[in-house]
Amino acid sequence: MLRPAPKDKSAARGGFFARMADDERWLWRFMLAPAVLYIVALVGVPFILSLYYSLSNVTVASRETQFVGLENFSRILDSPTFWRALRNTLIFTVLSQAVVLVLANALAIALSADFRGKWFVRFLILLPWVAPISLGSIGWLWIYDSIYSVINWTARAAGLLGPAEWPIWLGQPNLAMTSIIIVQVWRMLPLATVIILAGLSSIPQDIHDAAAVDGAGFWRHLIQITFPLVMPIMLVALLFGVVFTFTDMIVVFVLTRGGPYDTTQVLATWAYFTGIQGGDLAGGAAISLFLFPVLVAGAVLILRLARRAEIAA
Amino acid sequence: MATVEARGVSKYFDDVHAVDGIDLVAREGEFLALLGPSGCGKTTLMRIIAGLERPTAGDVVIDGEVVTDLPPRARNVAMVFQSYALYPHLSVAKNISFPLRALGTERGEIARKVGWAARMFGIEHLLARKPRQLSGGERQRVALARAVVREPVVFLLDEPLSNLDAKLRNAARDELKQFQRHLGTTTIYVTHDQAEAMGLGDRIAVLNHGKVCQIGTPQEIYGRPVDVFVATFIGSPPMNLVEEEDIWLGFRPEAFLPRQVERSEGSVEFPFRVTRVEYLGAERLVYGVIEGRASDAHVISKLPTNVRADITPGERHVFVVRSRDIDRFDRQSGRRIDGGAP
Amino acid sequence: MTPLEARARRWGGAFGRTGLLMFFVSFLAFPFYWMLITTFKTTQDLHDITNNPYLFNDPPTLHHLVVLFEDTQYLQWLANTGLVGLAVVAITLLLALPAGYALARMTGAWAQTLGVAIFLTYLVPPTILFVPFSRIIAALGLQDSLWSLVLVYPSFTVPFCSWLLMGFFKAIPRDLEEAAMVDGLSRLGAFLKVVMPISLAGVLTAVIFTFTLVTQEFVYGVTFITSSASYTVSVGVPTFLVRGDVYFWGSMMGACLIASVPIAIVYNLFVDRFVAGFTVGAGK
Ligand SMILES: Nc1ncnc2c1ncn2[C@@H]1O[C@H](COP(=O)(O)OP(=O)(O)OP(=O)(O)O)[C@@H](O)[C@H]1O
Ligand SMILES: [Mg+2]
Repeated sequence: MLRPAPKDKSAARGGFFARMADDERWLWRFMLAPAVLYIVALVGVPFILSLYYSLSNVTVASRETQFVGLENFSRILDSPTFWRALRNTLIFTVLSQAVVLVLANALAIALSADFRGKWFVRFLILLPWVAPISLGSIGWLWIYDSIYSVINWTARAAGLLGPAEWPIWLGQPNLAMTSIIIVQVWRMLPLATVIILAGLSSIPQDIHDAAAVDGAGFWRHLIQITFPLVMPIMLVALLFGVVFTFTDMIVVFVLTRGGPYDTTQVLATWAYFTGIQGGDLAGGAAISLFLFPVLVAGAVLILRLARRAEIAA
Repeated sequence: MATVEARGVSKYFDDVHAVDGIDLVAREGEFLALLGPSGCGKTTLMRIIAGLERPTAGDVVIDGEVVTDLPPRARNVAMVFQSYALYPHLSVAKNISFPLRALGTERGEIARKVGWAARMFGIEHLLARKPRQLSGGERQRVALARAVVREPVVFLLDEPLSNLDAKLRNAARDELKQFQRHLGTTTIYVTHDQAEAMGLGDRIAVLNHGKVCQIGTPQEIYGRPVDVFVATFIGSPPMNLVEEEDIWLGFRPEAFLPRQVERSEGSVEFPFRVTRVEYLGAERLVYGVIEGRASDAHVISKLPTNVRADITPGERHVFVVRSRDIDRFDRQSGRRIDGGAP
Repeated sequence: MTPLEARARRWGGAFGRTGLLMFFVSFLAFPFYWMLITTFKTTQDLHDITNNPYLFNDPPTLHHLVVLFEDTQYLQWLANTGLVGLAVVAITLLLALPAGYALARMTGAWAQTLGVAIFLTYLVPPTILFVPFSRIIAALGLQDSLWSLVLVYPSFTVPFCSWLLMGFFKAIPRDLEEAAMVDGLSRLGAFLKVVMPISLAGVLTAVIFTFTLVTQEFVYGVTFITSSASYTVSVGVPTFLVRGDVYFWGSMMGACLIASVPIAIVYNLFVDRFVAGFTVGAGK
């Protein structure tokens, strides 16, 4: 099974490969290089290219491209669609993540106790995250159907809906935004919950016991002990949620395609429709670059949190 | 069998001088104990000898050949780690045969040697188990068996007993010494337990701050420490130090006795105010202060229980030390002063 | 607090928790339940607004599944997904195993920085990169080819798996490799013969995540692939089946369910490790 090692010492000394296998510095470089090169080639290069496109007038059909400076950006900033998409993206992100944070805490605390059948409950709760989101969104498309929506049927059966009322979930501007936020909450809630749950279970039982002995009731315990202790991990969950949501387009793409009248258009879908479907690569690249600041802010905060946790540990 | 030599070996981690210019020879067949406080560079030196760490400066010489540039596998040394480092996915038999398979030894030979090593350590019945199914003592034996099986020129043992409980440790110490005698392989043994070093080592090298302070037999180290560090590091309780002008007077607690017990000529007297007495069964420890000097010196006396002298805390007694039991150290350098002593 | 009160509180707490959990489970699992029901209902039943949608007003039918498998390229999409998944898993392991090991064992400050940098590239979303990629893929002549996905997907699986595997390798004591090196192996040999066998669980985890990340990906798929024969499941169902004016709801729900549930089950077994990857260093 094992290959014979070099018998005499000169063999171990000689040979490029043998030398490399022993010299750690070269070995590490050799082992890291493929991954790093791949990542640079497939993340770094396209990113640079994206910067370049955004300063040019490239389209799908164009043969030669010209440098146009910040023209794309000024064009975008002049477009009312941009401001609407930016506003929608912010609303979409902030509202959905706020709701996720509240619900995830409640759910994580409810799940932190032991009870029978917990694994099954956990399985059901995790479904929206672990199943492909594009397919899950299709399920919602059917739930939100303009004629056969089960929500409307149930509401009417329960007497909540008058005979003349029949909300069209994905077709009315405010309702459409609410609908996609609900789906985004549905989709991100499981991840946030399990992350917070991991934070909860990392609190030593001693601390809970001490608080109980010190006479803390449920709410005092929650607010003075539990929340402060899971705060760092909660922030991690929130940051990932914000980054994912801000830059994502799947839910909007599948459910509304940005409609009606761009009322659910977010930056990511607009970049797609402009750059890929419309063929205006320069415009699409410029729009997508507006996602970048949020990404950087998220990354920096995550790094800070991780570093602080390291110092404290 | 071989000699192992460190020639001016240094290892710096950034600004930490883990090993700082060590010259050291382990003679053929010798059991050399490396002793020193935690963080003094014992493990680092050991890893340099094994080839796991490259020295910043200096050379490692095994059997007259400079091996500094050779990887560990080409040095034919065996090492037992503090954690034993048994391969968790391999059975005991596979663990023991691992070095042989790495060498490409043929199968019959492997089986023979594994059997031999397992018998030597009495672990034949464990060969089919996985490491996690073994007790601490059994793991240690497997690690030793894995070390001997290849018949290396040097054994390097890094605190191999520190994971065992006190009783097992004594038994294991005994066995270790016996099998080393039996094989006659040069052995370097790292420990911070002085009893272990004194009991096992043919010679002891005392390390501090990455430097060798003293090398010698246990008697030399205990009886003629070269400096204040060695004097106070070895022995428990440690050597008493009393300042006198620009030197330290040093004497062992067991040499510090009441006047009525020690009547021989040529003794030095000390006025001793006793503050506390500890009764430890076979002996008494008497804590107190030597008075009448520039500053009070806190010292300890160790009296065998058969010395029945009445010692009462709070009272003054006259204690003596025989002159030849007094070591003198320079107060500036801490070095031993030999001249003038009888 | 009297004993009676205490018991009342305990019961109250249990009820509160049960109620809360029931609410969340019905919210989170309902769409999948709905897919299941819809898959087996007849079209008339689905399209009769006076029917109670929670019940089978007509007997259950397999009609939609038959349509799905016989009249669409669903099977082809499944096969495509599997193919891309396997290829990406191979590439990812090839790159991420050595990288994760090097990150775990390198010393020095910049090793850690590099590790974090690699992880952060996982956060770079497809929506920033898809525009230039569409051009690169076209230039390489890979548009509408599954190979475009095989090429691009490792850009997010490699960072994530390198990070994940780094965690696994860090948990393996260095002593083991050093013992192996003293016992006659090179550093590389020690990695292959001692570290790898011990890390099988970690490798398996990386495989699962790579595969599920691939099956879930949508943005690159919808950008690069334009002909239905080359769709993966997560792209094919939403783009192809939704395109017409007539929605085959029964078939679509079946398609979603069949693709989701196996992935969900497998992923579920490993999700704790996934979470651990996110929370490294963030605990107290
Ligand atoms: N890889 C390393 N990087 C930086 N510093 C190190 C490294 N290894 C050891 N050191 C430092 O070198 C010094 C000597 O360490 P070493 O492990 O040799 O001590 P030791 O004598 O074996 O101690 P112990 O008895 O506690 O095992 C210590 O100060 C340690 O912090
Ligand atoms: Mg050590």
